[in-house]
Amino acid sequence: MSSVNIQTEKKFSLQTFFFQWEWLLLLIFVMINIINAHLSPYYLNTFTLLDATMGFLDKAFIALPMAFVIIFGDIDISVGSTVALSSVVMAVLYNAGVPMYLAMLACLSVGLICGFINGILIVKFKELSAIIVTLSTMILYRGIAYIILENQAAGGFPQWFSFLGWGYIKGIPFILALFAVTALVFAFLLHKTTFGRKVYAIGNNAVASRFSGVKVDKMKVIVFTLTGFMTAVASLFLTSKMGSTRPNIASGYELDAIAMVVLGGVSTSGGKGRMIGVILSIFIVGLLRYGLGLINVSSQIVLIIIGLLLIVSVMISSLNIRMGKSKE
Amino acid sequence: MKKLFVGILCLVMMISFAGTSAAAQTAGRYALIVKSAGNPYNENEMKGFAKAIKEIGGTAILKAPAEPTAEAQIMMIEQLIAQRVDAIAIAGNDPDALQPALTKAMKRGIKVLSLDSAVNPQSRMVHVNQADSEKIGRSLIQGIYEMIGGEGQIAILSATSQAANQNTWIEWMKKELKKEKYNKVELVKVAYGDDLRDKSVSETEALLKSYPNLRGIIAPTTVGIAAAGKVLSDKELKGKVELTGLGLPSEMAEYITNGICDWMYLWNPIDIGYLAGYTAHALVNGEITGKVGDTFTAGDLGKKEVIAVGGGTEIMLGAPFKFDAGNIDEWKEVY
Repeated sequence: MSSVNIQTEKKFSLQTFFFQWEWLLLLIFVMINIINAHLSPYYLNTFTLLDATMGFLDKAFIALPMAFVIIFGDIDISVGSTVALSSVVMAVLYNAGVPMYLAMLACLSVGLICGFINGILIVKFKELSAIIVTLSTMILYRGIAYIILENQAAGGFPQWFSFLGWGYIKGIPFILALFAVTALVFAFLLHKTTFGRKVYAIGNNAVASRFSGVKVDKMKVIVFTLTGFMTAVASLFLTSKMGSTRPNIASGYELDAIAMVVLGGVSTSGGKGRMIGVILSIFIVGLLRYGLGLINVSSQIVLIIIGLLLIVSVMISSLNIRMGKSKE
Repeated sequence: MKKLFVGILCLVMMISFAGTSAAAQTAGRYALIVKSAGNPYNENEMKGFAKAIKEIGGTAILKAPAEPTAEAQIMMIEQLIAQRVDAIAIAGNDPDALQPALTKAMKRGIKVLSLDSAVNPQSRMVHVNQADSEKIGRSLIQGIYEMIGGEGQIAILSATSQAANQNTWIEWMKKELKKEKYNKVELVKVAYGDDLRDKSVSETEALLKSYPNLRGIIAPTTVGIAAAGKVLSDKELKGKVELTGLGLPSEMAEYITNGICDWMYLWNPIDIGYLAGYTAHALVNGEITGKVGDTFTAGDLGKKEVIAVGGGTEIMLGAPFKFDAGNIDEWKEVY
């Protein structure tokens, strides 16, 4: 189990290098682009492709920290509700006369607090698994959002706020530029810092990590809080894109984000996975969905195709692990 | 490993070829986005739209999101902008949230109109309205008043809380209820079934549980009224709780025949789609611009005129039609 991740200490072999999950993802990515371009005359166009990223990158901000959570062997299914709650709080505060930048800060704080609560509950009640804790908070956060807005919509944000979701910087969508920077930061955090090492260590064996002096509880609280914060960032983008908000927005976002992470090769049993895989799979899922939309495939069939892609990829990855084991 | 690669490749190829037929190109391409998939009312709208576009000689692109959300519709609008379609007709899941996406479409020269459920006037050139909203709202209250014998608690089972059409009708219902005649009628709750069958069923059950003295339910949505009809039938509440609203004859025939619902209203959803198709065509070829007083010929429906309603302009289909035990059998085969 533990030998899978410590790549730096294994001696380099060409075979293992090319049998990595990320190569398969890259292949899928290239294939999807070729097929999309072949099917729709509108696909292979710089503007179209840049525009396409604006449609799915909001979820990607959740997928990045979610990778950390899943490497722990945990899961956070409350993120969709956190998006709704933080967005609703922002809208209500703004409509009550609070300046927009303060309302945006409040949105980020709500996300932070929601994540912090998840983290604290998970480390204080160890007998409960993360899925149970976040299932409860998922219902709780969504419930609070409904109490605040009662099935209504709120909006009327200032004009400049729509820049987040719709704006361009020198021809590049703002959301894409910010995502690129954020993704680099997260990749650095996971692969080049002791923080990242500890995340893998906990995912492989939490007890052993604790005995080796890793503050497991503190690490978990930090990662869940970070997830909450990034979820609020996603909430800002989604709200900006819609120009108004309701308590029922972002339903199903948790599953989309988790699907991106799992397709990226992060194992739900913990301890395994890399950022580059997650980033590739974000673009695979997003561009596949967009491409299918461009040729007007009906939305139910799109769901089936993405489901199939997920099943096949998880099957291959488990096969991959088994093959790797039999060779050792 | 190799076999698996080949397997995936085949799968993706299969999927991709399944979709090629939709990518055909012709002179005029007209897109319709309805509220959600799997709703017979929406399917009939699409049928009518496709019929109109076929008569015109263009290509119809029909889209229905899996969930009745504005998020999903925004994504579809962007895909249509990228395809450079000539016109987008949309039944909005939210009056305001689609504004950035639809104004972007209009800036790129795409003609935008809403039908059935309006988006706000800034996001569209014209709206195709099924029937006079005031008349719908008022006649539903008058109907339930008669059914419950003039007194008791009533509730409304609507679609999503952001559906512009339902909200307008509910406004008019509330205005009608202010009349002195309705002093003994109490509107206890507006519930939202989100046009999802299971949620509409559970909302109906919750209404019956929370208000044991409930005498009537108005469901101004085809999904809601069918769900409520099913619950009232299953619980054998005929005569105890009355039901009216807007329903599809094919879905409601059973409940009208067995007396759960004495009568209900609707217009022909095929005609709305059809009218939207011709309106889109008139916008594209410059026959109308969406200004008050513009006129055009909408195929079999004859001459139509653009009128001002609220802050925007509309094209009206006609009056709502009443369905009861006397005529339901002949209509249930039609739609």
